[in-house]
Amino acid sequence: MAEATSQSNRQHWLLSLPAVVMFLGLLVVPLALTAILSFNAFDSTRGPLDEYTLSNYIEVFTDSYYYDLFARTALMSLGVTAICILVGVPETIILSRMRPAWQGAFFVIILGPLLISVVVRTLGWSILLGREGFINTTLLSIGLSDAPLQLMFSMAGVVIVLTHVMLPFMVISVWSTLQKLDPQIAYAARSLGAGPLTAFRRIVLPQLLPGILSGAIIVFTLSASAFATPALIGGRRVKVVTTAVYDEFLSSLNWPLGATVAVLLLIGIVLVVVGSNRIIERKFKQVFA
Amino acid sequence: MTKLSIRGLSKTYAGNVQAVRKVDLEVESGEFLSLLGSSGCGKTTTLQMVAGFVSPSAGSVLVDGEDITYAAPEKRDMGIVFQSYALFPHMSVSQNVGFGLEMRKVKRPELEQRVSEALSMVRLTGLGNRYPSELSGGQRQRVAIARVLAIRPRVLLLDEPMSNLDAKLRGEMHVELRALQRRLGITTILVTHDQVEAMTMSDRIAVMANGVIAELGTPQQIYDHPTSEFAFKFLGHANVVEGEVVSADNGQTAVQVGAAIVPARTETVQIGHKTKLFVRPERLRLCSTEQGSIQGKVVTKLFLGGIWFYEIDSTVGKLRLTVTNAGTAQPQEGQAVGITWNDGDMQYVSSEAAHG
Repeated sequence: MAEATSQSNRQHWLLSLPAVVMFLGLLVVPLALTAILSFNAFDSTRGPLDEYTLSNYIEVFTDSYYYDLFARTALMSLGVTAICILVGVPETIILSRMRPAWQGAFFVIILGPLLISVVVRTLGWSILLGREGFINTTLLSIGLSDAPLQLMFSMAGVVIVLTHVMLPFMVISVWSTLQKLDPQIAYAARSLGAGPLTAFRRIVLPQLLPGILSGAIIVFTLSASAFATPALIGGRRVKVVTTAVYDEFLSSLNWPLGATVAVLLLIGIVLVVVGSNRIIERKFKQVFA
Repeated sequence: MTKLSIRGLSKTYAGNVQAVRKVDLEVESGEFLSLLGSSGCGKTTTLQMVAGFVSPSAGSVLVDGEDITYAAPEKRDMGIVFQSYALFPHMSVSQNVGFGLEMRKVKRPELEQRVSEALSMVRLTGLGNRYPSELSGGQRQRVAIARVLAIRPRVLLLDEPMSNLDAKLRGEMHVELRALQRRLGITTILVTHDQVEAMTMSDRIAVMANGVIAELGTPQQIYDHPTSEFAFKFLGHANVVEGEVVSADNGQTAVQVGAAIVPARTETVQIGHKTKLFVRPERLRLCSTEQGSIQGKVVTKLFLGGIWFYEIDSTVGKLRLTVTNAGTAQPQEGQAVGITWNDGDMQYVSSEAAHG
């Protein structure tokens, strides 16, 4: 008996070996190296030194530039998350009421951004958003604005493009919760005297909240760690944490400082995810059961 | 006291699918009426039109003479118990039961009192702080009933409410819900595919098929003297035997079945014509071969506890019958037996549906 168990244990290990190797090699080791790098001292003439220090962290925590940087990133991610909720939830509800044939077609449209290379998609958006771009020429020609809007290299542009990519994650997440919803529950609320809006607000929405919150976590973390979109649409004028890390590594060549900022971003995101998960589990224990 | 009238109610879906065709029903004040039928017969669509979830293509629904055909569901003052119970999972039992009162802007002390009143009616006192996920199926069912009773609805609509319960619990709920309905005197419509459920609970049963009411009457009427072949076969078991008209006089015909002459009211009065007669399994009796009007051989004998079930290969075809298990010896498989019955138990019913 004991022998059989130990043998099956060995088999478990053997079978999970490829995954473990990949996990360690591609995630844990690089992360650990980055974390170690963040404690390395740096000299502008000699590069990273073999001594360990807290000076990188002290620099980040004492310089208001980094506070602005993290605040801007958080605001951008929050903005994208908020818009994704406001657009994604109604969109999913409308989608769920469509006929199956239409549902399929619109799913492809909604998931479209995920199927296109990030560079192609972002360059496409920069054509639309430019001063001479489609959006500005249209707005000017129908007289909705007097001067071209500054969409490229602006926070507004970055948020618009990020929302476009992130929306599918919100829709998928809300969709899966919506599918589990019993349609008779909304009927029950109506027959008990609730109007359509009250029934939605008091009965349907609370049951969708777990899906909305998990969608929000995905959108927030992916937005906070997005690089290509802020780099191409925001450029030098809208610097966020990821583009700052890139610059530290490749322009200033201050690897330890870049690693420090990257580690702090990771810690920030982990805190947001763990915190929100706690809230979800506590508040919606009944819904999940 | 509330009277519900359904007049010429129809629902046609896209593609010309007629789910419900000109249904007329008068549900008397305090009456318990069941819509009985197999799936797709239009019973649920009818209920949803009464509740206001589906808007009718034609016809009207009146409550005490007031036309509510196109009123919003929340304006109808009807309590509905759903098949899935449709409890609000994020609310406690008390919040679930109090929801309808809250929507009616009932103030706190009265609301709490009515919630506990409703919970005690379904014997759930003390479970107010639980959540639906912490309750058993039977308890959830009771919460769903308490939730609609709390609003003191004019009409109670039950949409297959017992189909998710196990057989024993279902039987108990039938008795309990029926007693509760009588005591409160609420006009009630039950939609079900379960004959036993419809028969134990209802004052009247409307058997639905293909979007029309095929048979309407008290449970005993429609079981003992249905007006159509469909209803006879749909309710319980039916034995169909073929006989020959031997005499006809003023609508009263005599039909020969085996050695017996059966008085019946057939449509065909021509002597020599074949006709079908119907008889329930429990109305046939086993006897000695000499005494029997029909002779046969026992093919199958099954013990069902309270009754014995027999299948007999007889001179007029295969017959099923049941014998009460009174502890006496019964014929064995392979044994030759006679079959007899009382006049009136073997009857003629029209092969045409009564309506539509």
